[in-house]
Amino acid sequence: MKGRFALAGSHIGVSIAAFAVASFMGVLQALSIADISFPRRDESLFYVSVTAHGVLMALVFTTYFIMGLGYALAEVNLGRVVGKAAAWFAFVMSLAGSVMAAVSILRGESTVLYTFYPPLQAKPSFYIGATLLVVASWIWGGVMLASYRSWRKENPGVPAPLAIHGMIATILIWYLATAGLAVEVVGMLIPWSLGWVATIDPLVARTFFWWFGHPLVYFWLLPAYVLWYTVLPKVAGGKLFSDSLGRMVFILFVLLSTPVGFHHQFVDPGISSGWKLAHTVLTYAVIYPSLVTAFTIVASLEVAGRMRGGTGLFGWIRKLPWGDPFFASIALAMIAFVFGGWGGAINAAYAMNGMIHNTAWIQGHFHVTVGTTVGLSFMGGTYWLLPRMTGRALRFRALAITQPYLWILGMALFSTSYHIAGIRGLPRRVYSASLNGEQGAQWHTLTVIAAVGAVVLLVSALCYVTVAVATWLGGKKGEAPAFEFAASLRPPVASMWDRYGLWTVVAIVLILLAYGYPIVHLLMQARYGSPPFRPF
Amino acid sequence: MNVEFYEKIWMWAATGLLALFLGTIVIGAASSAVHPPGKLETVDPTKLLEHPEFSQPGVKERADGSVVVVVLAETYAFTPDPIEVPANRPVTFRLTSSDVMHGFQVVGTNANAMAIPGYVTEFTISFKPGEYTIGCNEYCGVMHHNMVGKLIAKEAK
Repeated sequence: MKGRFALAGSHIGVSIAAFAVASFMGVLQALSIADISFPRRDESLFYVSVTAHGVLMALVFTTYFIMGLGYALAEVNLGRVVGKAAAWFAFVMSLAGSVMAAVSILRGESTVLYTFYPPLQAKPSFYIGATLLVVASWIWGGVMLASYRSWRKENPGVPAPLAIHGMIATILIWYLATAGLAVEVVGMLIPWSLGWVATIDPLVARTFFWWFGHPLVYFWLLPAYVLWYTVLPKVAGGKLFSDSLGRMVFILFVLLSTPVGFHHQFVDPGISSGWKLAHTVLTYAVIYPSLVTAFTIVASLEVAGRMRGGTGLFGWIRKLPWGDPFFASIALAMIAFVFGGWGGAINAAYAMNGMIHNTAWIQGHFHVTVGTTVGLSFMGGTYWLLPRMTGRALRFRALAITQPYLWILGMALFSTSYHIAGIRGLPRRVYSASLNGEQGAQWHTLTVIAAVGAVVLLVSALCYVTVAVATWLGGKKGEAPAFEFAASLRPPVASMWDRYGLWTVVAIVLILLAYGYPIVHLLMQARYGSPPFRPF
Repeated sequence: MNVEFYEKIWMWAATGLLALFLGTIVIGAASSAVHPPGKLETVDPTKLLEHPEFSQPGVKERADGSVVVVVLAETYAFTPDPIEVPANRPVTFRLTSSDVMHGFQVVGTNANAMAIPGYVTEFTISFKPGEYTIGCNEYCGVMHHNMVGKLIAKEAK
């Protein structure tokens, strides 16, 4: 792709490629867990595919899509991307890093899953490759912020376009989150994997991982929210119900995303119950901005439905453009989040967590949230972006409109089954749900239903990839539709929610309060490191 | 900030709902002692064979009558196996790993904890009479799914 969207397009291209490869691996896993045999099924292939699926979907597909979306929004909303040379350098660097990590995984040398908990030890190329991707994403953040600053100088006193406001929040969260990851990977894992230090403290590493791991969720979610707030009401034919609440929501995520990581470590030793309870309280607080979003977006859709002539209490729903691929993707993504969000509240509940921690419920949970709410929003986003960036009309429109409905069907089968199996105690990430023959029958039906769901998901994934590739290469050329964003019912006004520096400082203070004492307390103990293990 | 009337109601309702959830969690934690493991105790994972407690995993009854189960998780087994404990009595588990991280999950109960090398995980729970499968729920290597054990909770005679 040439022209002003070359950067954005290149990133989105990589994200689609990663998604395509990872989709096949997802099906392999679901079949294997259900004990359905296929050629070459074995244990090491299974765990390699869990690692590859996790890294390619959760880190590569998402990060590249978000970077591409960011560049496209900067071009359109700010009229510029400042520092294109740096941006291209970062693109090459991230690609080199991703390929390095992927090769290491596919060779079976780094089967440590995408959580890479030590003392499982991967090859240095896995950690270094992942680091290159993250450092490149920092450069992306810098380019985006520089573009905003340049625009700000020319537009003093004007609030940033809401889409840019949301991307800035995303970038701030990413910097705060990846600080923890850098401590773990650069400070601990890389020196240990190179043999410079003999041992590692697994609990300290895991704590820094979850400092990163939970806000990572909002790094995925916020760009989806950007599409929901700024594009969806426009495509639906209406207006954004409240611009100022949207601005508040994005800032609340900056404040509350990070100081909540202990809810992933409830059943770990070494962290006191009191601090776990403190993180529970903050985790429940981070549900609030999503509840506000639910009202604002649904109200915006009601405005749209009524502007399209819908009447009555629910009549406006039928008037919405359910046959538009972008609209259908986002609307279904939002419906999935109603279920995913409540599942998340259960995960974060101090006492209930013990029932579902590390069970198949967790697989079920994050496939509804990141796998559907975020994933389907990004697929819808692709249908919206591609014609506007390339000037080519969507090819195979029928596939594009079927695809989100297939996805939600597949996910309903897949995710519901794993939620139930998890409550009944099926551990997550097992090659076979029979658990060495101990528990053959108990989960069999559920895991088979999940496998059927996974096949449906693969069909949907292939529809998405086909539409994207065919549009790119052979879509009918014409005038590109304009990038249009939703107007709000009341015009945007400058407010305290635009004070990014201030909110970043508040966020850092909250992180230090939530993590400072427990980490220092842990580091002050007489601790014993672990040597590396590679049982794969 | 201008907030519409209905949205104000919704925002207060959302606040109330979250306060209600948190209230139940905090009251539950304070009153019925539902606690995840919270102790900080370290142990050298490379010297467990010489460790007075973890060199001899097993079920022990303390002088005050409480039951303690010392469990060692290693790729790919739990020791002791099977674990035999009295039913309907609080049992305190003390758990660690000699190699990588493992999960210790008694299927069908709320006994679910991480075994992390270098640390002792302690939690207390009671079981209804019966035989239970113990599964490892943290990926620990190529035979992770075969890391299973058995727990038998027997009623006192």
